[in-house]
Amino acid sequence: MLASRNGRLDSLTVRARVVDPGEGLDMPASVTIEEGIVTAVDAVASAPAGLVLAPAFVDPHVHLRTPGREDEETIASGTAAAAAGGYCAIVAMPNTDPVVDTAPVLRALVEQALEEAVVPTGFTAAISKGQRGEELTEMAELAAAGAIAFTDDGRPVASAGLMQRALAYSAVADRPLALHCEEPTLSRDGQMHEGAVSAELGLAGWPSVAESLMVERDLSLAGYERRPIHLQHLSARASVDAVRRARALGVRVSAEATPHHLCATDELVRTLDANAKMNPPLGGEDDRRALVEGLLDGTVDCIATDHAPHARHEKDVPFEQAPFGVTGLETAFAALNTFLVREGEVPLAVALDRLSAGPARALGLPVPRIAVGEPANVVLFDLEAEWTVSEAGFRSRSANSWLLGQTLVGSVVKTVAAGRVVFSA
Amino acid sequence: MSALPATRHLLGVGDLTAGDVERILDTARALSRSLDREVKKLPTLRGRLVLNLFYESSTRTLASFELAAKRLSADTMTLRAAGSSVDKGESLRDTAQTLAEYEPDVIVVRHPHIGAPKLVASATRAHVVNAGDGKHQHPTQALLDLFTIQEALGHLDGVSVAIVGDVLHSRVARSLVEALLLVGAEPVLVGPPTLIPRGIEELGCSVSHRIEEIVDVDVIYTLRMQSERMEAGAAFVPSLREYTALYGITPERVRPGQVVMHPGPMNRGIEIDPRVADSGASLVTTQVRSGLVVRMAILYDLLTAPGVGVAAVALEVA
Repeated sequence: MLASRNGRLDSLTVRARVVDPGEGLDMPASVTIEEGIVTAVDAVASAPAGLVLAPAFVDPHVHLRTPGREDEETIASGTAAAAAGGYCAIVAMPNTDPVVDTAPVLRALVEQALEEAVVPTGFTAAISKGQRGEELTEMAELAAAGAIAFTDDGRPVASAGLMQRALAYSAVADRPLALHCEEPTLSRDGQMHEGAVSAELGLAGWPSVAESLMVERDLSLAGYERRPIHLQHLSARASVDAVRRARALGVRVSAEATPHHLCATDELVRTLDANAKMNPPLGGEDDRRALVEGLLDGTVDCIATDHAPHARHEKDVPFEQAPFGVTGLETAFAALNTFLVREGEVPLAVALDRLSAGPARALGLPVPRIAVGEPANVVLFDLEAEWTVSEAGFRSRSANSWLLGQTLVGSVVKTVAAGRVVFSA
Repeated sequence: MSALPATRHLLGVGDLTAGDVERILDTARALSRSLDREVKKLPTLRGRLVLNLFYESSTRTLASFELAAKRLSADTMTLRAAGSSVDKGESLRDTAQTLAEYEPDVIVVRHPHIGAPKLVASATRAHVVNAGDGKHQHPTQALLDLFTIQEALGHLDGVSVAIVGDVLHSRVARSLVEALLLVGAEPVLVGPPTLIPRGIEELGCSVSHRIEEIVDVDVIYTLRMQSERMEAGAAFVPSLREYTALYGITPERVRPGQVVMHPGPMNRGIEIDPRVADSGASLVTTQVRSGLVVRMAILYDLLTAPGVGVAAVALEVA
């Protein structure tokens, strides 16, 4: 269930190159939206250079920090950031304070989203009470209260036994489990990807097998229980390989990669800038290549930002003392366009599919489509526009972006979510 | 602000070129002659302020920086984390900005976390010297070790150095490997697989898990083995006893003609046999004296334009 504040349904006409991979559409067209519904898609001879209209994005993985850390993000600021990034729907993680592990907490969030969410927002609930990995949450009641999925994101479900029970029981709630795969006895006090760069810098290494071993475990359990799982923020080649093998064997699995794992590597940590610190950490170039290959062949079917706002004073400290996580909603498309699409690594249509239809399908949300009769969920962007990422430009309450100061190519011009114009540059 | 040249810092060995190293070691050599005189103090840095900011316990590094500054007539001030506003939760940036108001010329930083000196450098206009940041870098130690080797063997190029022990947790080892490679020496890392960081060989050094490898080297550089590495759950090695049996530097393992170094403080009987530590092959006390002159040279170098240091010092000492 997605919630957002009410508003007037908009009417507008847009002439642009229209790209909807799901509809097999890539042509100059004029798209008419009347009171929030697409009423015409008419081919035209030409469109303004650089302008592309596509299905708006769906982010399966956002931290809105509400309740508990409203100084870092609120539903209002996080969804404004999402609108500016071209998103028509986002899904928030439950690792808040308190944790979203009971129906009353979840209902309060849904009500708050009805008041202040600019973009339709869904909420997930925890797999285990307090995300402590000990007892299951009341999944059926939480699903009835609107939980999109269940996840202990931020930390793994360390116990294989509890994971098996969670998978089996999730059938009652009829929602997927979204899994943060990390074997804690391997990641230990790791600060960055274990490899030549960590060896040189002296930062404690986080071996990629800490992720892939847990991916293998959860794929085995999901196959055994015949339940769907959604794997969050993959970062390692071995994880992508494991997903590909499991899917071929019939395991129902969807998988995310973040723009930062797709575009950057552990080399970025040489700056010792705490905005290069994420969980899971940025991998090596071989891992990055594997994620791109996974994106291309569909093994990785979702791009998720894992937008993780942090207060400035908590990131402006030596690397090891800083919390994990970076923001991403407002830079995702431009980063992908700059580092992957323009570099020829990923076709635009593939990036657009993994930003929109992929995550919508993975979490059972409506797939944004540009077709007559559909609700308008579209993003208009300028593929050629250059801009420099700066703290002042963010709608998010936090500015812990790994891209600060970088010049990116591609900017969002307009976002229409659920028939309403939610962002105009 | 006018377009001043970028402030020079010594945050890591990576900040240095081979030419910088040569110049600093030459300056140190000239300065070491001044220590042979009856009055050891030079007026060179009179009126300058060297601030030691130490967030981690230290004996020799702090003592030698303090004395180095005093020998060059600089004013010194030492702040330790214990008993300071750090205890009250002040952030490193706030502390650095506060101290910057005293307009120090050099801030010497030791901190348990990687990158802390870099953060201080970004918050002040002083020259920042890294006196050890976590497991990352300890560049002044690397320079004093190069100086010690050069004084003992007469050259650095082609010298083979076995660095033995807990490389994983050692900022000394990381800095020294880079510094040795910079001057054309040949480092080899020797230790148990669990204490050699995966991928370190990409720096250009070789790695071995067999102590027999040290037989052919010119210098045996022993690292401190910290007992907390054996704590439950860490399990880097099964016991100190087994570590000493496999990697301890005993008289039997030192060939005539080899020299033995250790950054201190030593765990006698663990990584180094006392008979080796006190033997003629040991350069451990020489390293301490090198530490003083090399740190004098570094302070001098940072506070004068690069290139003029050697001649000016030589003139004063003569």
